[in-house]
Amino acid sequence: MPYVPHTDDDLREMLAVVGVGTVEDLFDEVPEGLRSASLGAVPASLSEIEVTRLMQARAARDGGALCFLGGGAYDHHVPAAVWEVASRGEFYSAYTPYQAEASQGTLQLLYEFQSMITALTAMDVANASLYDGASALAEAVLMAARVSRKGGHHSVLVPSSVHPTYRQVVRSIVRHQGIDLVEIPYAPGDGHVDPERLDQLDTSDAFALVVPQPNFFGVLEEVDALTDWGHRHGALVIGLVNPLTLALLKPPGEWGGQGADIVCGEGQPLGAPLSSGGPYFGFLCCKQPYVRQMPGRIVGRTVDLDERSGFTLTLQAREQHIRRSKATSNICTNQGLMVTAAAVHMTILGPRGLEAAASASHRNTADLVHRLSAVPGVSPVFARPFFHEAVLRLPAPVAAVLRAMAVQNVLAGLSLEDDYPELKGCLLVCATEKRTAEDLGLYVQHMDRILKKLAAAACPVRPRF
Amino acid sequence: MSQVPPELRYSESHEWVREEDDGTLTIGISEHAQAQLGDLVYVELPEVGRPLHANESCGVVESVKAASDVYSPVGGRIVAVNSALADTPELVNQDPYGDGWLMRIEPDDRGELGALLDSDGYLALLEAEAEAE
Repeated sequence: MPYVPHTDDDLREMLAVVGVGTVEDLFDEVPEGLRSASLGAVPASLSEIEVTRLMQARAARDGGALCFLGGGAYDHHVPAAVWEVASRGEFYSAYTPYQAEASQGTLQLLYEFQSMITALTAMDVANASLYDGASALAEAVLMAARVSRKGGHHSVLVPSSVHPTYRQVVRSIVRHQGIDLVEIPYAPGDGHVDPERLDQLDTSDAFALVVPQPNFFGVLEEVDALTDWGHRHGALVIGLVNPLTLALLKPPGEWGGQGADIVCGEGQPLGAPLSSGGPYFGFLCCKQPYVRQMPGRIVGRTVDLDERSGFTLTLQAREQHIRRSKATSNICTNQGLMVTAAAVHMTILGPRGLEAAASASHRNTADLVHRLSAVPGVSPVFARPFFHEAVLRLPAPVAAVLRAMAVQNVLAGLSLEDDYPELKGCLLVCATEKRTAEDLGLYVQHMDRILKKLAAAACPVRPRF
Repeated sequence: MSQVPPELRYSESHEWVREEDDGTLTIGISEHAQAQLGDLVYVELPEVGRPLHANESCGVVESVKAASDVYSPVGGRIVAVNSALADTPELVNQDPYGDGWLMRIEPDDRGELGALLDSDGYLALLEAEAEAE
C-alpha cells in the first residue's frame, strides 16, 4: 500500500498550477549553504517482512537489560491497565480535539490530571502539559521573566546541579530573549547548593532562581532555605521536581515561608515507558496570580445553560492561534496521550501506591549504595541525603566498567565525566522499585568481579620468557 | 451606532483620551472596541512610572475569545492605572468612558494630541470600517 499520497501526475499538476518546474525549485530562496544534505544515506526500501524482522532484532537488543540507569528518565513499574485504557479508541490521540468541548471525556481526563498535579505539588493551578521536562523549565523561566517585569533584571540563577541537558535546552530557548543563565556551583562534598554560600553571588540582576528537587545527582537540596533566600532577593522561585518524589517529599507549594512560585518537571515517571527517550511530557504549575502568564492551555470545570456540569478549555486567548506573535509561548505542544496515561497511572496507584513506589525506589538505591560501598575502591561521592539516585566513585575508568556491565546485560548507570569533568571516575546509579534483592546482588557481584579484573589488567605483567 | 462622546479624542486603534484639569490624560478603550471584544475577563496594565512612546503597546485587554493590545495614543509617563480592573474587568464593558478607564498619562508633548481624531473623525473611521466588512 503506498503511503505517499501524491502520484507523479498529482505533482506535475500542482507544479504546473504554481508555475515551477520541479519540487526542488520551490526551495530556491533557501541559500545553498542552509540546505540539508541529500537523503543518500537512507537505504533502499525494505519489505514489511524485512522491516518487522529488523525491528524485532533491534527491540531484542534494547529490551531485557537490567536497568540501573536514571539521569532524568526512570524505569518504574507501569501497571498493564494504564496503557490498556490509554490506548482505547476514545483516548488514543496525541491531540486535544479541535472542537474541544465536543470531547467531554478527554477534557475531563485532562482536568483530573491537572487536579492531581496540583495536589502533588501543592500549587494553585497546573496546565494541561508541555512537551517535556526540559522545555517546561524553559517555559517556566520565560514565564518568570514576564511575571517579574523588573526593568533591567535579566538573569536567572540555575544551579549546576540541574540536569545538564535541561540547562542546554533552556539556554537555547531563552538566549535570544535577552535572558542570561547564571550558574550556581554545587558544593563539592555535598552535591547540593549551599544556601550559606549564595550570598557571595551577585544577584542584583536576577529575576528568578531555579531549585531542583531532587537534583541531577539525586541529592536533596535545602529547598526551604533556597526558596526563602530567593524571595528575600526579589527573585521568583522555580521548583524543578520529579513528581513521583512528591509522594514523600514536601511539595514545592510549601517550600520556605511562601512556597515556590512556579513548578515544573518531567512527567515520565508517571506511567510513561522509557522507550529509548520518549515521548515523555512536561508539567507546569503556578500560583494563582501568575496564571495569565502561564503558557499552554487549562481545562476548567463549569456548568452549561441547564446547570449541568461540564468541562471547557479556558485561558486560550493567549495561545498562538489567537495571539500569534504575542502568545505566551509558540511551542504549544502538549502531550495529550502521555498525560492520559499519567492520569490513569496516578488513579490506579493512588496516593498510597505512589508513596510505595517512591519509598521502595529510595530503599533500593540506598541498599545498592550501601552494598557497593563495601566493594574495594568504591565510595559515595556526596554526603547529603539522596532520593533514588546516587553518585559513586569507582577505582577504574567508568566507560570500561559500563561496557563490561553491558556485556552482562546490566545498564549500570550514567558516567558523569562528560558533563562534569571534576567528576571523572564517577557513576550515577538508580534502583527503582522494580529492582529485586537478587538484581542488586547481581549488580554488586558483577561490579566487584569487573573492578578486580580491570585492576589486574592495569598491573604490568612481565612475560615469562 | 456606537456611543462616541464629542469631548474626547480618539486613536485609530480605538483608544479614547480625555484631557484632565491637572494636565494629565485619561485613556480607555472605546465603546465600539469593548463591544467588538465581548465580555472582558482580564486587563493587563503597565506599571506606574513607566515612560512610553506614542503608539507603544502598554497593556492587554482580554476577553473570552480574543486578547488585544492597548496602545498609548501619545508619548509620556504613566501616573496612574485603574486598579479596580484587576478584580472587575467587566467595568470596561459596562462603562468604557467612566469607571472602565485604563490609565492616566502625563504627556511629554501635548502637541501630539493634535494627531488624534476628534469624535467626527472617529465616527467616520467606524463607518469606514463597517463598510469594509
